[in-house]
Amino acid sequence: MRYVISHAKIHTDLLQKIQELSGQNVFDCYQCGNCSSGCPLVEYMDYAPNQVIRLAQLGALDELLESETIWICATCLQCSSRCPKGVDVSKVMEALRVINLRNREGRISPDDIEKMTDEEVKELPPIVLVSAFRKLSG
Amino acid sequence: MEYGYYPGCTLKNHAQNFEDAALLAMEKLGHPLTEMKDWVCCGTVFSQTTDDLMLQLAAIRNLLRAEHQGYGKLITLCSMCYNTLQRARDFIKDDPENLDKVNQFMYKEPISYTGNVEVIHLLSLLQNEITWESIAKQVVKPLKNLKIGGYYGCMLLRPKEYAIDDFEDPVILENFIEATGAESVVFPYRLECCGAYQTVTNKDITVKRTFELIESARDAGCEAIITSCPLCAFNMDQRQKETAEEFSQFVEMPVFYFTELLALALGVEWNSNWSKLHYVNPEPYLKAKGLI
Repeated sequence: MRYVISHAKIHTDLLQKIQELSGQNVFDCYQCGNCSSGCPLVEYMDYAPNQVIRLAQLGALDELLESETIWICATCLQCSSRCPKGVDVSKVMEALRVINLRNREGRISPDDIEKMTDEEVKELPPIVLVSAFRKLSG
Repeated sequence: MEYGYYPGCTLKNHAQNFEDAALLAMEKLGHPLTEMKDWVCCGTVFSQTTDDLMLQLAAIRNLLRAEHQGYGKLITLCSMCYNTLQRARDFIKDDPENLDKVNQFMYKEPISYTGNVEVIHLLSLLQNEITWESIAKQVVKPLKNLKIGGYYGCMLLRPKEYAIDDFEDPVILENFIEATGAESVVFPYRLECCGAYQTVTNKDITVKRTFELIESARDAGCEAIITSCPLCAFNMDQRQKETAEEFSQFVEMPVFYFTELLALALGVEWNSNWSKLHYVNPEPYLKAKGLI
């Protein structure tokens, strides 16, 4: 993929917003890959956690906001706990999710529950439903 | 009274066995738990964005009510409650502006929250206040010949600032297991995520996680595993149904809440209603070991 890096792409309000929402400076990352090597769900992601940070550094924010990765992340915090530079990767993932969620772009809605049988719903403990809705719905 | 007990949403239904066993065990240990009044769900997951106070309110409301009821310390059994309450507490602790905003929003509560309630996981209480030595002395039915893996999952250990033990090499569950008289088995995936809430939107991912985690435990020599998280328990136990359908070579493994084993070791009668809340019925295993 040809991707042109420019000052204008990197210095955007949106990147500023991602950094504010997450409280993280994505430019601290030096791409060691520790986050991705510890991620338990990396095999299901379209961008590995270190690639998410790299794309943010390059200003490729549309790619990130449309990625599957941010919805696959289960917020287990393994990446964050192992980063030698103290970048809380899971907070960057959360910021990217939240920007979508505040535009009502989520991955679960009450309609999904309506479609399930009573038996299927009863099977799910409150902790499962509340956490899924808190992380994946707007 | 200094300690209040905060149950959280799932301990009154799907994880009633977790709570029942804890209450009976703590009575045996001479440290009965008193449930705080008027608690609400903590929100289960901590909101990690910097700007949304609203999502911290449920957790903070519990801390406020605990403070009002005279509890300086809140005991949780659930890993996720522990994590969420603890992080919400610190989110406003040293931030007078946000603390004030939160209090203004909760103006109907009888007091303003000061930010001083401590949150303690039951495992830390057992380790620090009761001690493993004392528990081992009070065991009347040692869980001899049980080979148990301590499954930590995420929320007891991460973020590392809130870890109840070393976040990469914890021993608290292993020490707990040894105190009950069982043999603790360390398995490689004991600190790994079960897939958490992906179990709703990507069930296939969590089913594969369950397969990998349980197989990792079995390869290391575990006969059963213990957890302190109802979400882990759901994925590791209930999802074994789908795991067996998906992976023909998969063999079921009992998954306990740690309090169930504690109660058993302290001489509490096993309750068959607890078994009904498990997907993999643990009774054949306990019977084979001569414990029930």
